[in-house]
Amino acid sequence: MSQAQPKRGRFVERSAPDRRTEFKPKLGVDLNGVKFSNPVLTASGCFHYGREFEPYLDVRKLGGVIVKSLSVKPWPGHAPPRGAEVTSGMLNAIGLQNPGVAAFCDRELPWLLDRGATVVASIVGNTVEEYIRVTDRLRNVAGITAIEVNISCPNLEDRSRMFSSTPDSTSAVVRAVRRVATQPVFTKLSPDVTDIVAIAKAAVSGGTHGLSVINTALGMAVDTESFAPKLSTFTGGLSGPALKPLALRCVYQVSRAFPDVPIIGQGGIWNGADVAEFMLAGAWAVAVGTANFVEPSASIRILDEFRAYLVRKGVREASALRRMLKDG
Amino acid sequence: MTPKREGAWMGSAEVFAYTHASEPYHALTIVAPDVCARAQPGQFVAIRTPDDRSLLLRRAFSIHRVDRRPGWAGTLEIVFDIRGRGTEVLSKLRQHQPIDIMGPLGRGFRMPKEPTNCLLVGGGIGAAPLHFLAEELRGRGHRVDFLIGARSADHLLHPIEAKRMSITVTFTTDDGSTGKRGVVTDVLPDAIVGTKARVVYACGPIPMLRAVAQVCARMKIPCQVAWEEVMACGFGACLVCAVPVRLSSNGNGEDGWGWARCCTEGPVFSASRVHWERVEVPGTPAHEVVG
Repeated sequence: MSQAQPKRGRFVERSAPDRRTEFKPKLGVDLNGVKFSNPVLTASGCFHYGREFEPYLDVRKLGGVIVKSLSVKPWPGHAPPRGAEVTSGMLNAIGLQNPGVAAFCDRELPWLLDRGATVVASIVGNTVEEYIRVTDRLRNVAGITAIEVNISCPNLEDRSRMFSSTPDSTSAVVRAVRRVATQPVFTKLSPDVTDIVAIAKAAVSGGTHGLSVINTALGMAVDTESFAPKLSTFTGGLSGPALKPLALRCVYQVSRAFPDVPIIGQGGIWNGADVAEFMLAGAWAVAVGTANFVEPSASIRILDEFRAYLVRKGVREASALRRMLKDG
Repeated sequence: MTPKREGAWMGSAEVFAYTHASEPYHALTIVAPDVCARAQPGQFVAIRTPDDRSLLLRRAFSIHRVDRRPGWAGTLEIVFDIRGRGTEVLSKLRQHQPIDIMGPLGRGFRMPKEPTNCLLVGGGIGAAPLHFLAEELRGRGHRVDFLIGARSADHLLHPIEAKRMSITVTFTTDDGSTGKRGVVTDVLPDAIVGTKARVVYACGPIPMLRAVAQVCARMKIPCQVAWEEVMACGFGACLVCAVPVRLSSNGNGEDGWGWARCCTEGPVFSASRVHWERVEVPGTPAHEVVG
């Protein structure tokens, strides 16, 4: 903190307010060895593989890009309608459409690296074996900074229940991925659980390096004129500012339980103050999701606002916020 | 190193005029020279709803008309009916108010190189992009004929304008209040023959597009359809606006298909590229966020 140095005296500190606006806050964050140049990443599924955003921002300036989830083989995703707007949020039922991990490595990753992006690969599977095979394809692939395991996916070997919904299936996936991966592993938690700390604990016991908190929450919307659900799948993932209080609560609970496990906070981040809020609640970094759809340059604006916030509050290091939440 | 992609213009524009000539259609004319300079018929703009931050997503509207006379700042016009809170808020905008727009987006209609007879088929509000198209086609020396259908006479979009821009206009209405009673595809074969059309451009509800595509396939006339699907981003990132299309080169010649993004590969598709068997039609459009 920028407490006045004793020898300079208070008078100097107060009469020279421009000294506060002069300093450049340290934005870089170190998630126990996984380093990002700033704490603002883009969230999986909300940034595709980056190319569409090229006219609107420089991916090099982002803390990192968490790419759309990758499966072993291409997944077609769900039939339309795949999206619906709800109050302060949106629902999606894309169904994890993606070209597969091999196509990503061949066609998308080189572009991201060429543009200087820090890449986090999100992975999915319908069985533990599929998670292992995706991870295997990413072994020793240059330019993958970390792997994010998306466990909000139906487990075909368990009546299509989400892997994320029980501690056992969570730790089983994480342990399997961890065994094969050559990069640090982050596990993305779903809020649709009775006790998110219990799931976090399972991920930690499975050997996860860090946690992404949270994925979308399952929601629903119905068209009352046509009596039809607004999504082809009836239910789908809720994202956007509507999700933010829920996400903050999850980040707070998990960070209190595991203060040394790095957390990437996500859920409805729309401005610089939102970033600060997540970091005060215990996040080590954040990811911007739905805002990218409305404003393709949103993540850079959010980063700029966050930087200005740090200056205004006299906080010299972004990562310091994590320990600045006041008690009660 | 792949060349840098060109993006849409994005920013705050000014409302030049709001018009509400008749129910149910509202129109906004927007001063946006950078959008107008590049806009092609069939492309769309994505507009953020002012004031109400609980409405997050941009709404996609096809470009109804563009005015880019030299010496004037280009304006574009969108037409919409009120389908929800978002369009209701937009209908309250008045002259000089700011409006956050992004565009032009998507791929528009492909136009013939040689002078050609073109039949433009629109259903309801779907006729909107055809006016811009008609202007451009006429400017390039093509013959333009219109076939416009709607629920009733008052749902026909700008019928007098359509008459002004074309050689012939045929109207159909469900209730027979104007023109022939029935739907556009009832009279489409006759219209194709009568106008000696060599290409058909269609925009409207998906069942109409399907029927138009069938007629055109039977009569071996190339047809382009402007698609309407729920969107979230409008520039290809979210994969919400999926349209099933045939994949040309899958090698085995079988049921090769995949999802195209309405917002980037479309919204205009060749009717022969759409995989119609996989197109599902819900009772009504689920949402007002449409292309």
